[in-house]
Amino acid sequence: MTKVADFSILETLDYDDDGFMTDASAWTPEIGEAIATVLEIGLTERHWAVIDFARKEFVENGEAPTLRKISKVGGVPMKELYDLFPGGPAKIAAKIAGLPKPTGCI
Amino acid sequence: MTTAEMTNVLEKIKGNASNGKKAAQKLAIVASKGSLDMVYPVLILANGARMSGIDVDIFCTFWGVDLITKKKMGKINIATVGNPAFSMAPYAGWFKIPTWMGMIPGMSKIATWMMEREIAKLDFPPIPEFVQMIIDAGAKVYGCQMTMDMMGLTVDDLVDGAEVLGVMEMLELTKDSNLIFI
Repeated sequence: MTKVADFSILETLDYDDDGFMTDASAWTPEIGEAIATVLEIGLTERHWAVIDFARKEFVENGEAPTLRKISKVGGVPMKELYDLFPGGPAKIAAKIAGLPKPTGCI
Repeated sequence: MTTAEMTNVLEKIKGNASNGKKAAQKLAIVASKGSLDMVYPVLILANGARMSGIDVDIFCTFWGVDLITKKKMGKINIATVGNPAFSMAPYAGWFKIPTWMGMIPGMSKIATWMMEREIAKLDFPPIPEFVQMIIDAGAKVYGCQMTMDMMGLTVDDLVDGAEVLGVMEMLELTKDSNLIFI
């Protein structure tokens, strides 16, 4: 029960079928923290570098950045991205950052 | 919100992009060609799979070995002869390049240069960088033993991280994988 209570911040939000937040503007760092906990990822400074970059890109371009962009422009090496967000960094980073599911091919 | 509803929300967030604890999906790609238009699909598929959390094994056989051969991977060209779809797109897509024209010396170099430029515009990396990228992403690359013997190559000729395998080991390794032959 206590475990459920920890995630109460996620209750009032809307998600798409794959669990991505539908309203990126409703996101807060606390929500990001809670989503990461659901995904069993403990956020470090390096995770936040990726999340902040993704949020910034989203505001500027209207979509979640591709992994290549996070790596090339955001300055986080590809290998590290896979270590930080195991099991599909593009999707998981976007999900934690409250962004729509990324659709880029690269 | 009830506990059950809350659990639903949490399950939804976990979704498909879980942290790899679900039954792992696996993809195996046999890369058998050494031309630009046959190599990019291998790389894009492999990269897309890794981005989605799917394990990837790439077996390079025959000309596909060029893809992971250090001295060849930067020199992969497009074939300008024998491709009925070959045109001047996107510059003049209506102009189909006839086979005899594709035989003119330098045509392959020019076509490759043009296509590489278009690919770079889409922010896809050049082949050597792309190969390194998918290896960094956790894709495994293998050279086919028989091809390597035939072409006089050793594992030292391949990119770092590549291994050499025979067909039986390859089948063993991919028995639970979806297999694509390119």
